[in-house]
Amino acid sequence: MKKFILADCNNFYVSCERVFNPLLDKKPVVVLSNNDGCIVSRSDEAKKLGIPMGAPLYQQKDVVEKNKVYVFSSNYQFYGDMSDRVMESLEMFAPKLEIYSIDEAFIKTNTISFDDIFKDVVNIRKKIIKWTGIPMSFGIAPTKTLSKIANHIAKKRTYEGVFDISENNVANDIMRNLPVEELWGISNKWGKKLRHLGVSTALELKNSNAKFIRKHTSVLLERMVYELRGMPCLDIESISPKKNIMSSKSFGTSIAEIEPILEALSSYAARACEKLRKQNSKASGIYVFIRTNPFHQNKPQYKNGHALNFDLPTSDSRVILCAARRLMRGLYRKGHKYHKCGIMLLDLVPDNYKQAHFFSTNDSEDQNNFMKTVDRINNYMGPQTLFYLSQGISKEWKMKCENRSNRYTTKWSELLEVN
Amino acid sequence: MPRGGARLGAGRPKGQGKYREPTKPIRIPESLLGEVIELISTEGYSLPLYSCAVQAGFPSPADDHIEGKLDLNKYLIKHPTATFFVRAAGDSMVNAGIHSGDILVVDRSIEAKHGKIVIAAVDGQLTVKRLHKSKKDTYLMPENNDFEPIKFEEDNEVIIWGVVTNVLHQV
Repeated sequence: MKKFILADCNNFYVSCERVFNPLLDKKPVVVLSNNDGCIVSRSDEAKKLGIPMGAPLYQQKDVVEKNKVYVFSSNYQFYGDMSDRVMESLEMFAPKLEIYSIDEAFIKTNTISFDDIFKDVVNIRKKIIKWTGIPMSFGIAPTKTLSKIANHIAKKRTYEGVFDISENNVANDIMRNLPVEELWGISNKWGKKLRHLGVSTALELKNSNAKFIRKHTSVLLERMVYELRGMPCLDIESISPKKNIMSSKSFGTSIAEIEPILEALSSYAARACEKLRKQNSKASGIYVFIRTNPFHQNKPQYKNGHALNFDLPTSDSRVILCAARRLMRGLYRKGHKYHKCGIMLLDLVPDNYKQAHFFSTNDSEDQNNFMKTVDRINNYMGPQTLFYLSQGISKEWKMKCENRSNRYTTKWSELLEVN
Repeated sequence: MPRGGARLGAGRPKGQGKYREPTKPIRIPESLLGEVIELISTEGYSLPLYSCAVQAGFPSPADDHIEGKLDLNKYLIKHPTATFFVRAAGDSMVNAGIHSGDILVVDRSIEAKHGKIVIAAVDGQLTVKRLHKSKKDTYLMPENNDFEPIKFEEDNEVIIWGVVTNVLHQV
């Protein structure tokens, strides 16, 4: 029988930090989101202290200081590289996997030949943990939705870190105590609706009339009913190029003047354009936005965004930066303290797409070569070797990351030192 | 006008795909698919083992002897996902040819046997030493007489982080 396996890294960002810093073992550790705002990864010890996921750091100051919790700024270059290592290791055992997020992947078992699926997965898990240093859990089940549940059990209740929900005839017992909101893909909004219909646990959803659920909610939840019964409705999805690319970040401190905002926007736009060219796409338009800090309710609030279409789809950083800055000049209002801005590249098309335009000349061959050359230099010599002057040099708007660990795996100058 | 059949000039003009030149479909055994795709997409900087100018009309006698390219990554790294670089600090391993500032290639997938140079965790710090296992005890041995061996009792298991496979030393 075909089965799905969900492989998930435990407390991924914290686990990455621990690989290069054994001092953190068995200690409470948290990792913060961009700009040192909220807690986005917690060690088991930090969870036990009652530190909630997503909480702003300033609200937890007392707990953190009292219990000597180690606090890290996020280090995405490092986490990204560790994620690649985990995924590539998994790929050696399971060539067709769906990388679902930075720290989890679905595997379908019909692509691998197992003698004894449970034993084999236990062995694979051991190997990957040894190779990468990242602890993982594996949930095995007949459907993707159930593999999510199995993974949760594997993490919480097993010694091996592997759990096969179909082997143990325990699925119903587990689902009886599982609130619907904790199911994969059920938002609080859907959860409320289901409770309104008298469905509050996973087991009740499984035993519901699927057509009734569809009538009152959506086809997605009907599928979930079947998935909970062990009938697969969702398959492994292959990676397709992204349809939109977003690049936005909060500033390190609030900014009132337009110049640093334009610099920041140029940098985000340049980064987005690099991603765009890397996936061989062009953007048909852009959307630029800016906003003040919504948590500072006592200050005047402003947020706004504008979009623009290009005559011809483009991946030329110069064109996109120019357009983005023009939009931002239109959005900017004096007298506010701004917190965040960003750019979204819209309606991406493959870069071999060509549509003649009556009023525009098409000399994209030269543009392509120019951008390719810039990308190649930055690839070889390191990011930001060549950059646009409009991105600014001092970058005073840059995010706060006061406690970032070394980029151990992506920078020669930041390797770990051993005595 | 005839019906059916090929229509001259129909379809996308040649040379506008991602390779910017006309392309030709070929058959590849499925087992080689990954390698071929990798080959096409690699833009390496490696050098051919033998290389010579081609003289028109006279084939090079070395052409039959080309053995592929030298790739330092492949030579130094057997398990890419499990291999990390760290930098040595201090002189405790100087007699093993590890000097302060050298870059160590560390493979976490190799089993740490007696006699291997390893990275180990001691009191929350990572250190490079030679692993010495006897029936009773485990030692982390420095290779410099100014330093003391670190002893691990039976119940006090040493945590091995990885095995050092190469030292990159600048001269």
